[in-house]
Amino acid sequence: MKYLSEYRNPGLVQQYLEEIQRITTKTWTLMEICGGQTHSLVKNGILEMLPSQITMVHGPGCPVCVTSTDVIDEAIYLAQQPNVILCSFGDMLRVPGSKKSLLEIKAEGGDVRLLYSPLEAVLLAKDHPNKEVVFFAVGFETTAPANALSVVQAHKMGVQNYSILASHVLVPPAMEAILEDEENRINAFLAAGHVCTIMGLEAYEPIARKFKIPIVVTGFEPVDLLQGILMAILQLETGVHKVENQYARAVQRAGNLVAKQTINTVFEISDRKWRGIGTISQSGYEVKQQYRQFNARLKFNLHLPQTEEIGDCISGDIMKGRKKPFQCPNFGSNCKPDTPIGAPMVSSEGACAAYYHYATTLKQVSKTKI
Amino acid sequence: MCLAIPGKILSIVSPVDETFRQGKVSFSGIVKEVNLCMVPEATVGDYVLVHVGVAICKVDEEEARQTFAYLQQMGELEEIKPSD
Ligand code: SF4
Repeated sequence: MKYLSEYRNPGLVQQYLEEIQRITTKTWTLMEICGGQTHSLVKNGILEMLPSQITMVHGPGCPVCVTSTDVIDEAIYLAQQPNVILCSFGDMLRVPGSKKSLLEIKAEGGDVRLLYSPLEAVLLAKDHPNKEVVFFAVGFETTAPANALSVVQAHKMGVQNYSILASHVLVPPAMEAILEDEENRINAFLAAGHVCTIMGLEAYEPIARKFKIPIVVTGFEPVDLLQGILMAILQLETGVHKVENQYARAVQRAGNLVAKQTINTVFEISDRKWRGIGTISQSGYEVKQQYRQFNARLKFNLHLPQTEEIGDCISGDIMKGRKKPFQCPNFGSNCKPDTPIGAPMVSSEGACAAYYHYATTLKQVSKTKI
Repeated sequence: MCLAIPGKILSIVSPVDETFRQGKVSFSGIVKEVNLCMVPEATVGDYVLVHVGVAICKVDEEEARQTFAYLQQMGELEEIKPSD
């Protein structure tokens, strides 16, 4: 557990905590959407500082956690082709598909490379004209502009041996799916700061109205999170439900217009299957027809069989806010970061890995078998 | 994975057109190439938040400093370490 004095602004952290304590009269369940926020809440010991009436549950905002085994199988299939260089962000390598992970394919000799940016993949393709370079384009709205830009750049540079395997997911449809679930018990959302830097606030207003639920766009640091929680509790305690912006220093109401335009140039909205949750209609991006030569699914004529997710990973229940990681029978025993059964144990932004790594900050967890 | 790291723009070039608007951005001394086409209003000396090689918005200098210090303290800066 960190000491208050270690925070960027210990006085403010203390003030927010006291204010949250003072105004909270009922029990409330809040969900933070973004895996980065989950990580920050757990790592900074904030869950333990909050009044006992407030329960934080951890949403689906971790791309590694929600990318379906079908898409990972597609990436694996591509990485096994002799002339393909499959590029991906780091954490995706360790996530198990239906049989293997990309890391295992790399160990078997597949050309799988870790890149920091999809724009590097375009340059890699330019440098290797005899290879096909595929970028495994996962991510939320925050990452979509960069992935779209890679396609625009490849197009303009005449790089024909570049394509993306799009597995983009969108936050608002996932929030609606969670709220429509019969067992839903979430009273307010902290929406993801950088997703809204790109997309702005507008998509959240109909959700706040329809479900009568406060939505506070929130940043990542302890002070941000506490301020976001305070704003949400204030709404709940006074019977208000609207979209508020805690993270105004990086989020404008309209979002980033150039970024949205770039996304719309390359992508169209499509249905998407979420690992642990199932297919959510209109919740993803796929490459538009005009750019079909950059769509790896079409280029490689991918028609792999759909797989059923097997095993007893309860990631769906966790990401819908019904359960906490330590309620999973595998947590810390069969499922650990080195031997993950489910995706939320792989990425540090996954709720299971966050709880595992920082177990000492969580009284709840320390009572379990770890 | 939606992490964005603040840095200061040192120089800007647009090799082909605006889509390729590229700059050198300093993350407290570590300099990286960053695409700046999503922040057309940003100029040399400005601070931007960078996500997977693309700047997504401007931030003010004080904000940038404090966020960077926080990320450093939390050990969240792996991805901008110079690769070898
Ligand atoms: S502990 Fe492992 S098996 Fe259980 S929900 Fe988390 S990732 Fe899935």
